[in-house]
Amino acid sequence: MKKIFILTLLMGISATCLFAQAKKTVKKPVKKPAAPVRGLTSSIAAGKKVYTLYCVSCHQLDGGGVQNLNPPLIKTTYVLGNKGKLAKIVLNGFNDNVEIDGNTYSNTMPPLNILKDQEIADVLTYVRNSFGNKASAVTVAEVKKARASK
Amino acid sequence: MKKKLIFTSIVPLLALAGIFVLCSPKKSSGLENTGTIAPDANNAGLKLPDGFGAEVTAETGAQARHIVVTPNGLIYVKLARPKDGKGILVLQQDANGKATVKSGFGNYGGTGIYLKNRYLYASSNQEVFRYKLNAQNEVIDPNAPEKIITGLKMGREHETKSITLDNDGNIYVNVGAYSNSCQEVDRQLHSMGIKGCPILDSAGGIWQFKADKPNQTYKDGVRYTTGLRNVVGLDWNIQLNQLFVMQHGRDQLHDIFPEMYTTQQSALLPAECMYALKKGDNAGWPYMYYDQIQHKKIMAPEYGGDGKKEAVGNFIDPVAAYPGHLAPNGLLFYTGNMFPEKYKNGAFIAFHGSWNRSPEPQAGAFVVFQPFKNGKPDGDWEIFADNFAGTPQKAASGRADHKPCGLAQGADGSLYVTDDVKGTVYRITYNKK
Repeated sequence: MKKIFILTLLMGISATCLFAQAKKTVKKPVKKPAAPVRGLTSSIAAGKKVYTLYCVSCHQLDGGGVQNLNPPLIKTTYVLGNKGKLAKIVLNGFNDNVEIDGNTYSNTMPPLNILKDQEIADVLTYVRNSFGNKASAVTVAEVKKARASK
Repeated sequence: MKKKLIFTSIVPLLALAGIFVLCSPKKSSGLENTGTIAPDANNAGLKLPDGFGAEVTAETGAQARHIVVTPNGLIYVKLARPKDGKGILVLQQDANGKATVKSGFGNYGGTGIYLKNRYLYASSNQEVFRYKLNAQNEVIDPNAPEKIITGLKMGREHETKSITLDNDGNIYVNVGAYSNSCQEVDRQLHSMGIKGCPILDSAGGIWQFKADKPNQTYKDGVRYTTGLRNVVGLDWNIQLNQLFVMQHGRDQLHDIFPEMYTTQQSALLPAECMYALKKGDNAGWPYMYYDQIQHKKIMAPEYGGDGKKEAVGNFIDPVAAYPGHLAPNGLLFYTGNMFPEKYKNGAFIAFHGSWNRSPEPQAGAFVVFQPFKNGKPDGDWEIFADNFAGTPQKAASGRADHKPCGLAQGADGSLYVTDDVKGTVYRITYNKK
């Protein structure tokens, strides 16, 4: 099940790559092809799959979290603020006593550094553009930087 | 259809009861006034067996956890977090059973509260206090409790300290494990269990202390039972003179070992277990969990299990097992006389409701009745009070309007239920003659 998912993900990435490169050669033939940057829509779609695998059991389908345990991902500064900090929460896990709107949350979030940069970029882009959130995409470069600065 | 029938049969009853209440002279303390408590027209939104009714006794607007009701009808509610600096609310009921918040005290949050021998016991997440009561069961000095137990372990998970007392001067305190399954990295994919789980020295069990000795710490207490991940609902069974607890089973079998468990299996497993405890028992956490489908004690995957291998060790069996993640937060043996005979000495269990079933639908947010015979669970459990969530959709999404948590029995035999989402206090009565 998971293997199939990873396979589809890889296929998806390579397809996007090819597409992006093809597009680029037509429009800007001079610029050499950079690391693939996904369009917002495809990043959100890929991110949703990552969310379903790794995040949903705690943060829930609606991103609302669980009372006293798992913080909500809806319109919080953690989610909408600094993208590097956000990526580091995913990479390092989170054990701070979060207070959001007067409520505290104290469950353990494990480090998810097994996820690829692309997967983290996608899932954060998904979270920042779901559950009523609207914020800029998180790029692979931003995740890479966060991982390096660990 | 059935709901309609109940509704139509209750409306005239209600009207009658209403007239009766209006015409009868008002008594100063309504609680001995049995048989005149009229349920709310909509049974407070709950679905109940035929003949039962419910009313909203009070709206506290706070995270109402465990609850006690004194013989003269005073209600004490422990709050998860203090509201306006008060962690315990005192509610006074009128003749119709409606209660208002009279006062509050105790600047600490927590879950545990218990009434015994004219003392009110209450816990923070690290300590247990007791307050002397006067003849009217009022706390004599709310600002000067005796500190009975101090220095209890509190991690970032399962912090609450539920309490109950026996009839021999002992208090039992749950110290929940500050971990899901004692992995090297808590809740991480494929992280294995720590050999000889070190958490168990000071948590993951029930500790016994003296009920009247001040400032006790671990060294003054006894680790009464070990291998219990977290207990919120517990009660002393007076028939058997024995402690019964409801364990919150481990989370995330699929998240941590996706190759062994599907999301569907992970939603139902492991069981939420009822244990009848004896001193020295080991219920097996984190080395095993109970699988209510295979009816077996299964070795935890963190400790070499594969979902099928049976546990190795001297671990007790549960006396009853319920579907996974329903979160049993309240346990009460019913000893009252108001409800029909079948409920006598049986157990009510408040299942707060699951969160760890995602992406599968959530379940719970109901009060279950477990029939008992001769001190043992006898026959299938049944949902006694349902629809705390408001709608089936809200129950399935986990966004319940209300989540049942604490249970208490009134002097007249009515059953009180707290809700820690909106702070509603319900009272369930039996009205069929």
